[in-house]
Amino acid sequence: MSDTVVLTETQSATEVPKGPLSFVNLASLRRYASPVFLVCCWQAACSSGFLSTRLVSSPAQIAVTGWALTRDGTLPYNLGVSLLRAASGLGLALTLGVLLALISGLSKAGEDIVDAPLQILRTLPALALVPLFILWFGIGETPKILLVALGAIFPIYLNLHSGIRSIDPKLLEMGSTLGLSRWQTIRDIFLPGALPDFLTGLRYAVGVSWMMLVVAEQVNAESGIGHMMMDAQDFMRTDIILVGLLVYGVLGLLSDQIIRFLEAIFLAWRPSNEKKRTT
Amino acid sequence: MTALKAAPQDAAVSIQQLTKRFDGGSPVLDRLNLAIAPGEFVALLGHSGSGKSTLLRTLAGLDPVTEGIVTRPQRVSVVFQESRLLPWKKVWKNIVLGQEDAGTRQRAEVVLEEVGLSHRTNAWPATLSGGEAQRAALARALVREPAFLMLDEPFAALDALTRLKMQQLVADLWKKHGCAVFLVTHDVDEALLLADRAVVLEQGQIRVDLPIPLSRPRKHSDGDLEALRTTLLNALGVHGA
Repeated sequence: MSDTVVLTETQSATEVPKGPLSFVNLASLRRYASPVFLVCCWQAACSSGFLSTRLVSSPAQIAVTGWALTRDGTLPYNLGVSLLRAASGLGLALTLGVLLALISGLSKAGEDIVDAPLQILRTLPALALVPLFILWFGIGETPKILLVALGAIFPIYLNLHSGIRSIDPKLLEMGSTLGLSRWQTIRDIFLPGALPDFLTGLRYAVGVSWMMLVVAEQVNAESGIGHMMMDAQDFMRTDIILVGLLVYGVLGLLSDQIIRFLEAIFLAWRPSNEKKRTT
Repeated sequence: MTALKAAPQDAAVSIQQLTKRFDGGSPVLDRLNLAIAPGEFVALLGHSGSGKSTLLRTLAGLDPVTEGIVTRPQRVSVVFQESRLLPWKKVWKNIVLGQEDAGTRQRAEVVLEEVGLSHRTNAWPATLSGGEAQRAALARALVREPAFLMLDEPFAALDALTRLKMQQLVADLWKKHGCAVFLVTHDVDEALLLADRAVVLEQGQIRVDLPIPLSRPRKHSDGDLEALRTTLLNALGVHGA
């Protein structure tokens, strides 16, 4: 036997399978097969009485409940309330976070004034402020929106700030030899250069927003997905609780997809994105 | 008197008694004098640490003039060893960076054609090869129609074949634009191929100032270059090469 190995087309790992379309479909179907199988097992365990429906509802029951909650308007209403809170909080965090990061990223004096207090605040677990927020702002919309904003502001600030600070000084020198004004330097070099870090921060911030919202709505609220779930707890309606979980999951997934979409549009210049588009 | 002055349009570059030291140590540039005539091509040679980069950075206005007088034209451009293109702007937008009047696109196309890069006008910089990126950097320097062009080891990172092509391109562009050129290099052959005059920097002073009175276009194989090459290599402390 010789030591040489002939790499044929099928052995090459980088080669994209060129088989018939059904083969590709089969491969992608396989990814979904295992979760579907697990749900089937879950359903079987509930139907056979092996799993008590007092502890966890069956998938079929969750679907029925989800549909009923949608029909009578409970789910859309609470979802709307939750979305509005998340959006307001995230919007507030974006505005403040971007503003503070620009101040501290673009001037040394700004960094001295802004960065230190934010770095100190960052170490506090935001959720530990819930009792204080309730005392200060009551149980209306304000503490919930502020909690979301408080959680989301740090990833935005920290990432944008480090993005601005890590701009290649050689590019700044080049800009200076071209005679760019301060404003042109910010617009053409600092901001686009910090965008990848900013989007990474935004992705974290969105994730944190949902988490803060869950807690804010479960501690004290009269509406929202979290409140719907806490209400269901009193009546031992595990099906409603699971519908709420499902909604949170879908929201998280969707917001992540939106950020990915933004990255594909705004970071088209990155070599990794270029490759993705051509293959 | 200490100053970096902007000379009237198309005036020569003149450096008088330029001294630079870092943290009060021994001077990197020591009472250096150098003049470059309008349209003249001067190559600066020297070992690492001889002060080449410091001199260029001072001329480019990146480092301040602390002792001595430096006069240079208003319109200057710099090409660095790395292309320093903004990765988030298409090639043509990089070329006209900072120019905001109408007709930027057209100007970019003209100059990209000149450097042989018109097929990459709309490309992202990350997709350019090393040679293409340096062509784009040259285009960005030329679009400003500089009276004085500074080249800081612009081909040092390129492979040998690409470097030869780029040297040819620079020779052609210089002939066409007629700007004064200051080429910092450690490649003796490159200096001999392109420059009117080669100066050797050593311990912060011009050690050798050698005119290269050869007709153009020049080839690396020209016999006349041999004597000059030996002189320059000797000045750089390389004997018998």
